[in-house]
Amino acid sequence: MTEALVDLGALEIARRVRAGETSASEVLTQTLRRIKDIDGRAPTSQPYEPEPDDRAYIHAYVSLAEGRARSQAEAVDRAVQAGQDPGPLAGVPVAVKDIFCVEGTRSTAGSRILETFTAPYTATPVARLEAAGAVTVGKVNLDEFTFGSSNESSAFLPPPGNPWDPTRVPGGSSGGSTAAVAAGEAALSLATDTAGSIRQPAAFCGVVGLKPTYGRVSRYGLIAFASSLDCPGTVSRDVSDAAAMLGAMAGADPADATAAAVEVPDYLAELERGVEGLRIGLSPNYFRLAYPDPETGELREQSIDPEIEAVVHQTAETLASAGAEIVEGVPMPHTHLGIPAYFVISRVEAASNLHRYDGVKYGYRFPGPVDGLAEMYRETRGHGFGVQPKLRILMGMYVSGAQYERDYYRRALRVRSLIRQDFDGAFTAQGEHRLDALLTPTTPTTAFELGRVYGDSVLMQYADLLTVPANHAGIPGLSIPAGFDSGGMPIGVQLLGPDFSEGRLLRIGRQFEIASEGETWRGRRPGIVATR
Amino acid sequence: MAPTPPDQGEISAEVFDRLVELAALALEPEERDYLRRELNGQLRAIRALDAIDVDETLPITSHGVPYSDATRPGIRKDRAQEADKADAILAQAPEVENRYLVVPDIPQEALE
Repeated sequence: MTEALVDLGALEIARRVRAGETSASEVLTQTLRRIKDIDGRAPTSQPYEPEPDDRAYIHAYVSLAEGRARSQAEAVDRAVQAGQDPGPLAGVPVAVKDIFCVEGTRSTAGSRILETFTAPYTATPVARLEAAGAVTVGKVNLDEFTFGSSNESSAFLPPPGNPWDPTRVPGGSSGGSTAAVAAGEAALSLATDTAGSIRQPAAFCGVVGLKPTYGRVSRYGLIAFASSLDCPGTVSRDVSDAAAMLGAMAGADPADATAAAVEVPDYLAELERGVEGLRIGLSPNYFRLAYPDPETGELREQSIDPEIEAVVHQTAETLASAGAEIVEGVPMPHTHLGIPAYFVISRVEAASNLHRYDGVKYGYRFPGPVDGLAEMYRETRGHGFGVQPKLRILMGMYVSGAQYERDYYRRALRVRSLIRQDFDGAFTAQGEHRLDALLTPTTPTTAFELGRVYGDSVLMQYADLLTVPANHAGIPGLSIPAGFDSGGMPIGVQLLGPDFSEGRLLRIGRQFEIASEGETWRGRRPGIVATR
Repeated sequence: MAPTPPDQGEISAEVFDRLVELAALALEPEERDYLRRELNGQLRAIRALDAIDVDETLPITSHGVPYSDATRPGIRKDRAQEADKADAILAQAPEVENRYLVVPDIPQEALE
């Protein structure tokens, strides 16, 4: 059977478009057909009544940008025909997480309060992908304002399902992104990661997710959650595509004062240099740590899913066979404090960022009668926000209150510094371990059933237990598929490295792909794609 | 020894009401119960931070990655630019009249 065009990697699609073997228009047509076949009814903000059929579909897209995408594809095709360079991502279909502004598209952040908002400008990473020839197919679902780890908190329902088993969550907050890419509804997705929102759903959906270093990719045009932690990043089906996508987006931006002035290397050129001599660490603090008991909610020290732990060790053995040196017993003693510190820092920043939604400048305004401006604010925010933004605003205000600020917020910021010191100690050339990268599980469990965790905001937050330390430290993290559990759900492993070491992490990930190419699990496809 | 947190109890109904007022949120009664319960659950998780000694002189940063002079983006030139998006921006406002944003009455109180 010939592989469908939409199931090819981004680089192969671009190669064929550039060579004239297919056209960007044809790629778009086939992508839209795949979406029509498997995406199911479009999510809406109406009161959600689940239908039995919902779990037979993915529901990744919130809105399609068909006309815009068609014009982009035709422009790529015209460039190819005229002998001009159509860009390294020519004709590659991209799904944009609906937290980025794209001019002329509805940009909702998964919230009723932005349901009617049409962005008047385009985010820098989107503009750069499009300048590289990529075609923006549409906007994909997410947890409301990215607040969640299952994608169930979106105002637009049905929620996305996991392509490997649509009764399970795709993870979150970039669940629409990872579900779409896993199911061939896009070759790439532009997503964001504030505590693990790219890596956790990438692990759950069996795709590659890269959170770059803070400041590697511009945040201009990203609807803000926690500005000291938010990172735009990549979702793809393989490591090479992640390298190509990052290369197209990264770099300084006059519109974002935190986009670092650090040269962007040619990530693809370095990709197959192997791992010979690289020191890759394993830390016991990522395998056994304090988090809530999934049944009782009691916070206690426990081990992660043993099937996931086994896959991490197998990955280490594979990398060792390829020439890497595995360093065991690396202490990362503050890992378990990542979520408690995040509960404070992210809420303070979220409360500040969410003050702008007031029903005056854009978005939803409460349409009923009100007694003055203050009541209009309260009713607009009360009806416009779902419970997750409300929780974050209230907690942010509580822990930043004058009487509590020192003991909660300042303490949490110092714990962030301690987490950073853990990584500095592991990576420094003067230290005992001198790691080039740390290899960890991405998640403590595989994808859970829809409805099982949602509502318990503490348990849900702990889904980011193993990913959030990288956000506190600002360092890059790459999640790659590394196997399956006995229930057939994907398992991801995470590679963490020093600031701006994305090239090295991608190289290690690529080496793992090469070394595991012949293994049977590599040939598995999500059921929903295989059966249609 | 870690400092004693200011409030070992829960967020009381009174404190909750004050937060809701400051946050400008109109809430349904069942929402209030859920939100206060979850806030208190999160506070219990946050108290894990009290279990370790934290050096009060440890520097805090505005984000995890330290920027050096070489990596810190320079300040943009301060220069005027033509903007052609005023209509598109105004078109997003819920209520506009003669290019002014319209809001409900702001109750006036006499200055003392």
